[in-house]
Amino acid sequence: MVLPVAAAVVIAVVPRSRPEIVRALALLAAVLEVALSGVLLHRFRTGIAGFQLVSQHPWIKDFGISWKVGVDGISLFLVVLTAVLFAVAMAASTVEHDLKAFMCWMLVLEAGCVGVFLSLDLFLFFIFWEVVLVPMYFLIGGWGYERRVYAALKFFLYTMLGSALMLVGILALVFLEARGGRPITFDLVSLANNQHLAGATAKWLFLAFSASFAVKVPLFPLHTWLPDAHTEAPTAGSVILAGVLLKLGTYGFLRFGLYLFPKAAVDLAPVLLTLGVIGIVYGALVAAVQRDLKRLVAYSSVAHLGFIVLGTFALTTQGLQGGLLQMINHGISTGALFLLVGMIYERRHTRQISELRGLQRSAPVLAGVFMVVMLSSIGLPGLNGFVGEFLVLLGTFVTRRWWAVVAVTGVIFAAVYLLWAYQRVFHGTPDEANASVPDMTWRERAVMLPLVVLIVFLGVYPKPVLDRMAPSVNALLTHIERHTSYQQPDVAAGR
Amino acid sequence: MSMLAAATSTPIHVPRVEWVAILPELILVGAALVLLTASGLRRARLPRGVHMIATIAAAGGALGAAWYLWAQVSDGKARDAVAGAVVVDGFSVFFMILVSCAVVLGALLADDYLRREDLDGPEFYALMMLSASGAMFMAAANDLIVLFLGLELLSISLYVMAGLHLRRSESQEAAMKYFLLGAFSSAFFLYGIALVYGATGSTALPAIADFLRTNVLVSNGLLVGGLGFLLVGLGFKVAAVPFHMWTPDVYQGAPTPVTGFMAAAAKAAGFAGLLRVLFSTFITYRLDWQPVVWALAVATLVLGSVVALVQTDVKRMLAYSSIAHAGYVLVGVEVATSRGTAGALFYLLAYTFMVLGSFGVVTVVGRRGDAAHDLDTYRGLASRRPALALAFTIFLLAQAGVPPSTGFLAKFYVIGAAVEARAYALAIIAMVAAVVAAFFYLRVIVVMYMTASEEAESPRLRVPVGVTVALAATLGFTLVFGIVPGTVFDFARHATVLRF
Repeated sequence: MVLPVAAAVVIAVVPRSRPEIVRALALLAAVLEVALSGVLLHRFRTGIAGFQLVSQHPWIKDFGISWKVGVDGISLFLVVLTAVLFAVAMAASTVEHDLKAFMCWMLVLEAGCVGVFLSLDLFLFFIFWEVVLVPMYFLIGGWGYERRVYAALKFFLYTMLGSALMLVGILALVFLEARGGRPITFDLVSLANNQHLAGATAKWLFLAFSASFAVKVPLFPLHTWLPDAHTEAPTAGSVILAGVLLKLGTYGFLRFGLYLFPKAAVDLAPVLLTLGVIGIVYGALVAAVQRDLKRLVAYSSVAHLGFIVLGTFALTTQGLQGGLLQMINHGISTGALFLLVGMIYERRHTRQISELRGLQRSAPVLAGVFMVVMLSSIGLPGLNGFVGEFLVLLGTFVTRRWWAVVAVTGVIFAAVYLLWAYQRVFHGTPDEANASVPDMTWRERAVMLPLVVLIVFLGVYPKPVLDRMAPSVNALLTHIERHTSYQQPDVAAGR
Repeated sequence: MSMLAAATSTPIHVPRVEWVAILPELILVGAALVLLTASGLRRARLPRGVHMIATIAAAGGALGAAWYLWAQVSDGKARDAVAGAVVVDGFSVFFMILVSCAVVLGALLADDYLRREDLDGPEFYALMMLSASGAMFMAAANDLIVLFLGLELLSISLYVMAGLHLRRSESQEAAMKYFLLGAFSSAFFLYGIALVYGATGSTALPAIADFLRTNVLVSNGLLVGGLGFLLVGLGFKVAAVPFHMWTPDVYQGAPTPVTGFMAAAAKAAGFAGLLRVLFSTFITYRLDWQPVVWALAVATLVLGSVVALVQTDVKRMLAYSSIAHAGYVLVGVEVATSRGTAGALFYLLAYTFMVLGSFGVVTVVGRRGDAAHDLDTYRGLASRRPALALAFTIFLLAQAGVPPSTGFLAKFYVIGAAVEARAYALAIIAMVAAVVAAFFYLRVIVVMYMTASEEAESPRLRVPVGVTVALAATLGFTLVFGIVPGTVFDFARHATVLRF
């Protein structure tokens, strides 16, 4: 995690007249980070529920704050996903100006994201959570499209408002837990095991945390920053925004919401489930009527994230695993979709669906890749999206039947808007402007390859991933069951 | 004859004066006098930079003396000095160190500015050192009269400094406005002292505290009224709403380095007095003053942040942001716990460096004439002077409370103290105000980075050496202690050991 920061510093001192050195160094750093996450994956011991590879150093003794990082089955794959997506996004980015600053911000952003996933101390977590904001703000504002300044500002202020409430929540939790002579600590595990809060207090604190996560996810009424930010961001920015940043919110719900406030989470689950379902249906409907291809993908994110929230608050093994897997899937497939939309934009300089037609003729490979990625996003069996969505729906159905039923319509809508968009963009006879569109270059193919491989691999054989997640997910559910009267129904026995 | 014998047989009681205890103040006052005398005696102009170097040397000496005192009091020991007029405890030494730092940074910013504006001379430096010694006296005051003396020494020097730019009418206007309103607030303060004296029979802070601890006043109107007037006087100095009216005009009109110094030192001194009076003397009347401070804090936070939104002049915007910052420190004051006080102190220290850094950038961008402070002049600064723009960005983000910076930790500390004291409403209001504030800080960043420069042909901004050094120091402090704050946290915590 320290690596990207160091790399950013190194790049900052490279003269800006040598963009090729900057690019090479940044890519090297990103690839190294992928390799490091590979090492992490290798050293991770399957079958252990708790945190592994923990490193801890005291930091601010007054407040019991320490530098504590580690992984478990929940965060492991998100770290890997982050590393892969950043490498891909940086390789794919075609920045026209200030490449140096762009790469610096990307690397700082990467450090922040990985930091959020790894930190096991609430203070540290909050620091990284906030650190993520600044580089993303500059990426959107500096390299985005026409309305970039507005979008960047909206993104920053929405998220900051959420964080403000979360900070008060964190402090309240820490100081309330420290009553009665217990030491002040920001340590996640000890706070989660304490559970001394009164029910109502816990509920308020859960809401304070949720405010921040819900903005980031984004859940239904708080989603309005997302289409603007996604649409106006540069391609690499959109990939990271959709692929990684949104996951920070769902990860937050999973890691902090459920783990710290099990009782409140169980009590308030119906509310969040409802918001998730509204997100699914609403996102899908709005996506269907978009005229801008990038905006369409952005709204599809709202729908997909609804599924993840649904799975998380179904509070069953299947639901949680599905939600978690769907985080990975959405990162890969929506990231890939944004890359493809970016490629189309570079060729045609428009994102309006009405101006695109018959690209299949002129750019068959692009069309083929788009098809695969899109089908994964729809949830076609055999590709990764299906596994996640299926688990989510299964997990939800056994506890919250009607929510699952409504959510299923979202799957159908997804097929409708994506296939319809594909049909309008790629089918038909190309007019003059679209006939001469060049196909994917080798660099673009190399960029897309790892993502397509992952899409197929996770669709056919998700077992290695699920196996590593399972112990942690089960431990989380046991934790919830121990602190509440909630009992997870036995799916295998048909409840 | 016999009378004379009587007079000689009962010697006049002369209090023992522990010069060491007020050494930092003495160094600054002495240096100011020497500087004035020396440059008055010489016909020829002194070589450039001498005033600045002398000032920095004096402030360095004061810093060293304060450091020596710190070693004596850091274990929680406090002692009276000069017949109980001043007290040497961690609290007062903390402010000595803070103000010395502000003097050093102020001198660095001013050096080139004064030459640029053709105002070169010893006056600025002498006045700055005098007002700094006033600020130190306020922090060390053990008696309301001494507090008042410090306040006046601080203020009168600042009135003159605000009007130092002879050729700018705004500067003259600022001085006039500051002086008139300041005189009013001093009168209030003095009246408050009189009322408190009437109610308690003493102006010495320990005596007042003892009196209040041991006596229950049946009718305490006099005392509460006096406390209210003291609050008005000090609230004026820290620019708390509704005593903030002077701030925007004075901050905008005063020469930029003066504004920076004023924002750092005067605010710190005002809070030193406020904490000394409220937290150590009137702690038994906590339930009376807490609601008042609560209301002040909320009004200051909300008004400061919201009004800053519509400013188009960067100096004016920073003035309103300084009002908002006073609100956060007031949050630390309101909770009336030692953690709250430590948070307030840490906040003031962090703010000193952030604000002097910010005004350092503004000094440079202001150009000759000190008039180019409109938001438009920052257009495309990032492409013209990337390093300067980056520095300003870091200061602004730190002021907005984005980690890793001391600005974030300062907010974290005071909000933490408020939450610990169960002041949830205050904590939430403060955080929401922080989001509002983030908007106007970002506006400047947007202008610097995301709009094209219109005046590409305008002469390149020159960043003088002094400002570079000051910016490097303030940036270093803001970032390094934003990441490893342990030492400064300890420093602030030890400084809250007030003598009661």
